[in-house]
Amino acid sequence: MKFTWFNLMPWPDLPDDFREKHRSVWVDIDSNLYDPVRGHEVYNDYLDLLEYADTLGFDGVGINEHHQNGYGLMPSPNLMAAALTRRTSKAAIVVLGNSIALYNPPVRVAEEFAMLDVMSGGRLVAGFPVGTSMDTNFCYGQIPALTREKYAEAHDMIIRAWTEDKPFAFNGRYNKLRHVNIWPKTLQKPFPPIHIPGGGSVETYDFCIDNTYSYSYLSFSGYIRAKALLQGYWDQVAKRNAPDASPYRAGFAQTVFVAETDAEAERLYSGHAHYFYNRCLHVYAGFADAPGYRTVKTIQTGALNQYGRAEYPSLTWKDLVDGGYIIAGSPETVRQRFEELIKGLNVGNIFLLLHVGNMPKDLCMYSTKLFAEKVLPHLRDMWPDYKDDNRFWCSPLAQRAVPAPLGADFAPTPSQMVPAK
Amino acid sequence: MITSKTIQTPKGAVEYLEGGSGPDLVFLHGAGGITADSPFLAALAAKYHLYAPFLPGYGESEDNPDIRDMLDVTLHTYDVLAALGLHKPILVGHSLGGMIAAEMAAVAPNDIDRLCLIAAAGLWIDSHPVPDLFSLLPRELPAVLFHDPVAGAATMTRNVNMQDPAFLIPFLVRNARQLGMAGKLLFPIPERGLKDRIHRIKARTVLVWGDSDRMVPAPYAQAFKAAINGAELVSVPEAGHMVIVEQTAAVMAAIGRLG
Repeated sequence: MKFTWFNLMPWPDLPDDFREKHRSVWVDIDSNLYDPVRGHEVYNDYLDLLEYADTLGFDGVGINEHHQNGYGLMPSPNLMAAALTRRTSKAAIVVLGNSIALYNPPVRVAEEFAMLDVMSGGRLVAGFPVGTSMDTNFCYGQIPALTREKYAEAHDMIIRAWTEDKPFAFNGRYNKLRHVNIWPKTLQKPFPPIHIPGGGSVETYDFCIDNTYSYSYLSFSGYIRAKALLQGYWDQVAKRNAPDASPYRAGFAQTVFVAETDAEAERLYSGHAHYFYNRCLHVYAGFADAPGYRTVKTIQTGALNQYGRAEYPSLTWKDLVDGGYIIAGSPETVRQRFEELIKGLNVGNIFLLLHVGNMPKDLCMYSTKLFAEKVLPHLRDMWPDYKDDNRFWCSPLAQRAVPAPLGADFAPTPSQMVPAK
Repeated sequence: MITSKTIQTPKGAVEYLEGGSGPDLVFLHGAGGITADSPFLAALAAKYHLYAPFLPGYGESEDNPDIRDMLDVTLHTYDVLAALGLHKPILVGHSLGGMIAAEMAAVAPNDIDRLCLIAAAGLWIDSHPVPDLFSLLPRELPAVLFHDPVAGAATMTRNVNMQDPAFLIPFLVRNARQLGMAGKLLFPIPERGLKDRIHRIKARTVLVWGDSDRMVPAPYAQAFKAAINGAELVSVPEAGHMVIVEQTAAVMAAIGRLG
């Protein structure tokens, strides 16, 4: 199993009457709610938490890209990833991911991911989301019906930029570049493992299967509701005669809270869970799905968008737990539910939402530590048959550079310096 | 009697509605599409030989991924006219259709000599932003589209239950096809450079605008009037963006001014 400690980086101070007074947490969220002084503290807390997860032995630390979003303060995940390359040392840096249709030209993604891969000594796991309609269409103005074509072209350009060993000309519809020749190149060869976040479109299943990319379902509605969607993926894996059904071909995001007992979990965390489901996921339905963003084929499967759902505000703690939206309770409860999740969905990559909504840092560290020490060791070897499957995870250098201690006098004396030839 | 027919074009099969007799008139529909039972089409067919082609993705017209931008649609619509064997028909467009019609008349000014733009999209005025059609929920549309939103809502929904999956999935598919196509010209800002070409229009032009148009409001009527040489503006009281539905007779009278 690969467990990634994932942080959406939510704004923790959405007011109690946010739902009533504001129509959306995303796209046109009231910018007066943001306070940069508080923001300074929040970003640093969130980086502290990601770094803490690295020290506890999580396989990865994960971040993603959102725009104009009150629950996702990372318009540029690559900036966060760059910060993480220096103060984490073991965990994969999972950037899930860059919305490649939004970068102009997309070689920028090839370059920045290559930088992160080299800086981190090969710890990068890269993600290429199409991006939500909120981000891609409503914030970044991409034409819905052309977004996927633009995405596909960006993907092709990035892969060629990573793999071709001579400068080449790229004559695309959306990008025309005479000299593609990125510096630096990725450390991992031919390029870092790629995860594709998806929401149930058949085209994305095929794209992952054909390219040996891992399919990630980043749902907020939990593992019970995810069953049908991931079954659709595994059916497609079988139908297209993929060489195997390795659980590492799939990933799943799950909200989780750990305490000493189930009752203690409710006492400590229910306010934070409700903050997330009631305020953070309060997205105006008109932004959820610009017409043309999803393909007709996908709509016909009946897959509905997870945003703007009417059910969230009415959910009690018990509803959230029983419905599997969240996994919460004692280490033993959490372990049992995760076994159900992992076996039930056949997934090898788990993105743990251990920080949720407006959780303060110390409480999040408490939950994280319990998970790392009392849950994670029991779940490590759920897939012994696939323990050597490294196609979907990073392959770091064995010997990696270590940041110098701050303030250390590490320069040689002038007499020891070798002049340049 | 209006009937549905199909013709082939280089960009795929196109459905069009045809009816009536008289001078040839081509009507280009708006982003919401049009249906054969439209009273406005019936009124046009009572006086003209009406042709109302559907954009790709609308009606039975084939979706075509190779149609991506304004020039593609402009040339495609000329191909439709050619396939129909039409020479200098009266060209009438509503909303998105008006944007296309204006573009056609600007790109090939010698091919269009009578033009009617009804509540046309295609220009942008910072101080009067056009509402974001693509983020409006179905229940929010009547207030933007109609002078009388209550009566308008009844026209739009025809008493269907929007929550019924049997209705909802085909509705969402139709919406994805239609507005997916419309978005290529209208999203996120319904302006594709017409302002740089509109001066080329030579056609005798009548502009028709509902006084309470809240989608493409009155300042746009003035902007079109100022940009097209000799254009005549007919403002219609008690009508919104769907002036063709709410005040059909007034629109017919305005088109009649083209002779």
